[in-house]
Amino acid sequence: MTDAVLKVDKLSRFFRVGGFRSAGTLHATDEVSFEVAPGEIVALVGESGSGKSTIARVLAGLYPPTSGTITFEGEVQGKRTSRKVRGRMPMVFQDPFGSINPVLRVGHSLHRSLKLHRPELDQAGRDAEAVALVERVGLLPGAEVLRRYPHELSGGQRQRLGFAQALASRPSLILADEPVSMLDVSIRIGLLNVMKGLRDQEHVSLLYITHDLASARYVADRMIVLYAGRIVEEGTTEEVIAHPEHPYTRLLMATAPDPRLPLSHDTDVEDLGEPPKVINPGPGCRFAPRCPLAMDQCRISTPALVSLSATKRVACYAVEQS
Amino acid sequence: MKRPHLLRLLAAAGRFLRRDKKAMAGSIILFVLLVITAFPSWFTPDDPAAEIYSPGMALSWAHPLGTTSFGQDVFSQLMAGTRQSVMIALVVGFLCTILSVAVGVTAAYSGGLVDDALSLVTDVILVIPTFPLIIVIAAYTKSASFWTIVFVLVVTGWSYGARQLRVQALSLRNRDYLLAARARGEASWYIISVELIPPMTSLIVANFLGAALYAVLAAAGLQFVGLGNVNTESWGTMLYWAQNNEALQAGLPLWALAPGIMIAVLGSALALLNYAFDEVSNPALRPVTTKRRKKAAA
Amino acid sequence: MTTPILEVRDLKVEYSTAAGPAEAVSGVSFDLAPGEFLAIVGESGCGKSTLLFSIAQLLTYPAETVGGSVKFDGVDLTTLSAEELRQRRWRDISVVMQSAMNALNPTLSIAAQLADACRAHTDWDDDKIAHRSAEVLNMVSIDVTHLKSFPFQLSGGMRQRAMIAMALLLEPKLIIMDEPTSALDVVAQRSLMRQVENLRRELGFAVLFVTHDMSVVSHFSDRLAVMYAGEIVELGPTREVFDRPRHPYSSGLMDAFPSIVGEMKELTGIAGNPPSLVNPPSGCLFAPRCQFATDECRQFRPELITVDGLAVRCHLVNPRVAK
Repeated sequence: MTDAVLKVDKLSRFFRVGGFRSAGTLHATDEVSFEVAPGEIVALVGESGSGKSTIARVLAGLYPPTSGTITFEGEVQGKRTSRKVRGRMPMVFQDPFGSINPVLRVGHSLHRSLKLHRPELDQAGRDAEAVALVERVGLLPGAEVLRRYPHELSGGQRQRLGFAQALASRPSLILADEPVSMLDVSIRIGLLNVMKGLRDQEHVSLLYITHDLASARYVADRMIVLYAGRIVEEGTTEEVIAHPEHPYTRLLMATAPDPRLPLSHDTDVEDLGEPPKVINPGPGCRFAPRCPLAMDQCRISTPALVSLSATKRVACYAVEQS
Repeated sequence: MKRPHLLRLLAAAGRFLRRDKKAMAGSIILFVLLVITAFPSWFTPDDPAAEIYSPGMALSWAHPLGTTSFGQDVFSQLMAGTRQSVMIALVVGFLCTILSVAVGVTAAYSGGLVDDALSLVTDVILVIPTFPLIIVIAAYTKSASFWTIVFVLVVTGWSYGARQLRVQALSLRNRDYLLAARARGEASWYIISVELIPPMTSLIVANFLGAALYAVLAAAGLQFVGLGNVNTESWGTMLYWAQNNEALQAGLPLWALAPGIMIAVLGSALALLNYAFDEVSNPALRPVTTKRRKKAAA
Repeated sequence: MTTPILEVRDLKVEYSTAAGPAEAVSGVSFDLAPGEFLAIVGESGCGKSTLLFSIAQLLTYPAETVGGSVKFDGVDLTTLSAEELRQRRWRDISVVMQSAMNALNPTLSIAAQLADACRAHTDWDDDKIAHRSAEVLNMVSIDVTHLKSFPFQLSGGMRQRAMIAMALLLEPKLIIMDEPTSALDVVAQRSLMRQVENLRRELGFAVLFVTHDMSVVSHFSDRLAVMYAGEIVELGPTREVFDRPRHPYSSGLMDAFPSIVGEMKELTGIAGNPPSLVNPPSGCLFAPRCQFATDECRQFRPELITVDGLAVRCHLVNPRVAK
């Protein structure tokens, strides 16, 4: 793909866990590779233990990767994330109540971002830009909102502020780590529409991390499904939603709560939803213990991602064979 | 455009003090003592050291608290002595707090070996019995000046606060807003001073008050056993002289009681403010003031 | 007509705040039939959790029940003393909390906590307790070896199922659940709801289920109540409320869910914010945000009126009869 904004190649992040006696390695993310094109929203979909948040945090420069390469805007990234890259690839956090400093005014972090990443602006320029940014995400009147304290804003307003702050540094890619999960349902749509607006009007790419398939479908152009630290399926949104191939993706589709669907009694999901254990994992597909199609081969070696079409990739022996 | 955090804090403190009776009482007492500290000459009708009166006089208008065995006016001595005691409390409180914040917050934010090393030092000093250590250091230094006492008290008093602040900083350390600051490219020193410490202000202030309280009592104790400079005016030295001259038996109880009561008064002021700040930093302790609507007839 | 297991009439709960009393629940009334599953749906601050705790008589200062009655099996719980309530707790009504990690004691094993609950409300001997503990764990598909486990050794889904097991110990007639699925992943959520459904069919208890995400209950509840600013604005058979919401808030809410299937369309959500509970607007509480609001709506507070089994609180649906 030409000119991908972000190219992630075999990214892994391991953590040492346990004390002296039961030391182990947690494979939070294991050899994950994907790309994000300019002006595109890619959804990273997965449940707890899938590694989706870890990927975001590594990309945001909060942890160094254990192995693998990150190429951003054509430049391979080293262990330390430069300030310029932090500005071009900022992060929006999940918790509207914890992601803003409670004792400082709401405009503070916005002004800091402008100061750090937009040296061409003087004080007056920064003030004007700050107002423009908050109004861009739908918080009006901008000047008045900037003077408030976080507890005077609602959860939805705080998350919008998170996006305004990410926009301050003129990013090419925004990392959105479950930005709507902690918001009320009727507020989520507003934020999802802001995200769509950023892609359509400002041509900003977004990496949208979520566990909710429906919201991923609403905003994303492409979807990447993660399980236990690995990619199991990838494709355009419509491909993945209409024709899920991997058994885990099918499980997610079958269990995703959607009032417009009849309760899928035919799939009769027996799965209890136990999250995978990725501490010192052995060889073999990590979904095998729960997989209705598991074969001997699945327990012996790990399936690699295989391209089924120009846009579709799946990591599953059962799918390969059919 | 933005008022600095400090001014905002002072304004909030002002509103808060007006609402809470404990804080009100504590601040009034402290204010009075500060005035006496600043302008002792307004309150000392006589030179406190002048041994010009008849010794052992009882209460009178001229001598509201009587005179000492040496013929000094007790009241003047008391007022003059305020300065040293209050200054020790404030200076030691301030220095201890600075040290506690520096060590505690750095340990929590840095983690790893730095945290291990700083925590080790903190814990060792914490464990050493304070008063014997104070006596040893004071006896060793021999000079017994104001700054010596301050030094001794700060060295023995900072570790308790450091431990508390480290724990609080640890709990705040993984809040998303600190990660967000790191993610947007802020330097560590900036994060610590602007993002991490301000939310800890209530605990830091409470620490200051606690350290000041500790200083008052410890300084008085040192001076009482004669390790301070017995020729200066302070409440503790008054106690020393009163004790040495058997004031209670000699029928001059006020000479001994007055400084003791003043020490208690300053200590109470600090403790009252400390209680009040506990309520600020822990909302669960706040009394919920309610405006009851008149119950409508059923 | 069977006697309802729960009859709530005109329940009012107030919170004391520095700005004055806030009416978190204003005059809620509904019936619950034995074995029925009623879901109460609403967003943050609508009063649903407060309502639940008020019914279970678990409110503490600064919240206070200031009016109304809660009749369980004919007995008004609001009039009972603490001792009388204690005898009914867990036998008649049990509660499943939102976060098992907060509700389970992290320092006690599962067996110890189940035994604790048994001993608090019965005089069973140790053998009976052990037997019943194993029985309830089996009911929720938790392996009996986990009796010795501590909460942190179980996954989130298992902990939540352990909470349900605990709630089943004394075969209550009503189980109250406060957002028990919100901390769970999608697959675990579905599995939990299925489990609750199977147990309900087998054991016949009624369920009062509070959630902010109605898609979770859409396939399991018999009736659905939509709450807004402390009032029930719509109440009816689940499918009916989903497919044809009458109240403007309910229909706004239904529209705010993106769907996995069906055509993709632009969704808008509901503009504005919930009203202040200290100084509520006169007239309909939803009027400030309602695109259909008339002057009448802003002046007069609508009543919850039931027509053909569907209750709606809206002048436009059930026009006011001018006196």
